[in-house]
Amino acid sequence: MGFVLFYFRKLVTLLRNEVLVLPSRIIVGLFLIVILGLPLVTQDPYVFRIVILTSLFAILAASWDLLSGFTGQFNFGHALFFGVGAYGSAILNTHVHIPPWGSVPLGAVVAVLAGLVIGIPCLRLKHIYLALTTFAFPIILFGIIVALPDLTGGELGMSGLERFTSSLMGNYYLHVIIMLVLCFIMWKITDSNTGIIFHAIREDELAVKASGINTTRYKLLAFTLSGFFAGISGGLYAHYMRIAGPSTLAVSMSFTIVIWAIFGGVATIYGPVAGVFILVPLLEVFRIWPEYRMMIFSVFVLVILLYMPEGLIPWVRDKIEKECPRCKVRNVAPRKSCRICTADLD
Amino acid sequence: MNIIITGLITGSMLALLSIGFSLIFGVAKIINLAHTAFYMVAAYCIFYLSFRLGLNVILSMLIAVATVTLVGLLAYKFAIDPIREHEAAVMVATVALAMFFQEVILQLFTFEYRSVDFLIQGYFTVGGNKIFYQQLLTFGVVLLILLVVWLLLMKTRLGLAIRSMAEDREVSNLMGMNESRLAMITMGLSVCLAGVTGAVIGPLYVLTPNMWEEPMIMMMAVVVLGGLGSIKGSFIAAYILGFAEALVVFLLPTGSFLKMPVALIIMILVLLIRPEGLFGIAFEEER
Repeated sequence: MGFVLFYFRKLVTLLRNEVLVLPSRIIVGLFLIVILGLPLVTQDPYVFRIVILTSLFAILAASWDLLSGFTGQFNFGHALFFGVGAYGSAILNTHVHIPPWGSVPLGAVVAVLAGLVIGIPCLRLKHIYLALTTFAFPIILFGIIVALPDLTGGELGMSGLERFTSSLMGNYYLHVIIMLVLCFIMWKITDSNTGIIFHAIREDELAVKASGINTTRYKLLAFTLSGFFAGISGGLYAHYMRIAGPSTLAVSMSFTIVIWAIFGGVATIYGPVAGVFILVPLLEVFRIWPEYRMMIFSVFVLVILLYMPEGLIPWVRDKIEKECPRCKVRNVAPRKSCRICTADLD
Repeated sequence: MNIIITGLITGSMLALLSIGFSLIFGVAKIINLAHTAFYMVAAYCIFYLSFRLGLNVILSMLIAVATVTLVGLLAYKFAIDPIREHEAAVMVATVALAMFFQEVILQLFTFEYRSVDFLIQGYFTVGGNKIFYQQLLTFGVVLLILLVVWLLLMKTRLGLAIRSMAEDREVSNLMGMNESRLAMITMGLSVCLAGVTGAVIGPLYVLTPNMWEEPMIMMMAVVVLGGLGSIKGSFIAAYILGFAEALVVFLLPTGSFLKMPVALIIMILVLLIRPEGLFGIAFEEER
């Protein structure tokens, strides 16, 4: 009993001293509570469906950020990993009859291989060349898929995949928890030493090379990691929708990923996730004017970018928090002095 | 014979588009993914003016090009210029612009296949193949425009300014060239080229609100293959890819699906051997 009380008190202290002091952490906490507690409020399959799809896209956007936001290797064909993951697990599920628990990770491994295959040649290219070349790969794969209708179902895609579970709640919690865990892992990766090297590669690749770090190896690592997470997202998407279609490789898919991530704010992981959780439900809200849906959406993105070119989330974060000039700890905006070192915040 | 004609026409279209694209990239470092959307807007403008209002086709082409240039400049001024320093944001803004144009066109004209009348009717046959006069005319006009662009870039003060700005922004700025005004002029020029492409190529293609996607992919392939910022490279690469596309379409059974993948595979193979494209210059790494 004493132990429980001890840990409870520790938890409360932690909450009060670390979480409740910063509005951004409060928002993350609220987000967790809302997304995990949503089934208590509503059991509507339509709402569940939107949240599940949003979670899958959040993994996708975060994995784009891991590669392109952090290392600055602008990947304009991220739909490739998504599509490879989807098709990989779909083929394993329908032709080899591996259950979803096995086929999704294996599909992600296939996506990692795809990341290696395109990463090795593409890393000789720089900046804009890389962006425009990676853009080509999903289209090439699309051509191959349409040309092999026996294996891949051609233009119609592969339908009739197994689902993880048939229960509504099970599906919801499965996808949401996978999303939270994967995004947390990605955030941890970017917070580690590797993440710092990724940052450094974006800022100044030459300096990183001069420090004796093999940048090509790290860029390849970013490609494979990103491919892995995007592949999982693709596999889950295929199994949830029960179909892996060519739309997963469409040009608009690659574009949409970039829009989500940049809208949310790159090189943060939580930015793209928030971007997806704002934009995808918003697009559903716009269904009340079905004809003008995409038009309003594009105008919305344009206007937000016009005022917040860094992305929405970093802008909001700068408004509600400020960094202590001495100890670099973040503080609530109205505070006069730093909460740790009591230095004056201007 | 069909292969040659289709290759020439596709190649000309790609050449015009990619030259406009690399102009604005060279001067202002803007990756304008909405470039082909302007081409679509121009084609629809001509359709509207000549069909709905019954204007002369040539007159409506001129009006269309002027309108598109104006729209492009406005879009640049209000959506792209304020966020110029943020490269990624610019890219997304241009994608959003392209989507916006597509939706506007979709609302105005619905998702139906439309076509614009030929300027000159009639055709002649060579070896059993029809060659429309329109195709010849289009090809001639494209060559003329390419010549004009080349003269503009090589022989005028404006061309000199554009080239030097593409070479080195800071030094050109120090030499007294007004960077933002030049970017504006180049944007106008580039959008105008896209509009002209829409005007001359429009009659040969079917108009749909998503007609901008495919040329955009091909255009980017051309630009990368030819080397960014190299007009000569874009020109040659455009015809290489145009012919490759035509060959695939006419010779393979599932050609229309495979034409883009094959063109892109060519691009990637070339890039593996020459990472800076056919005629690009290998840059020293910038700090």
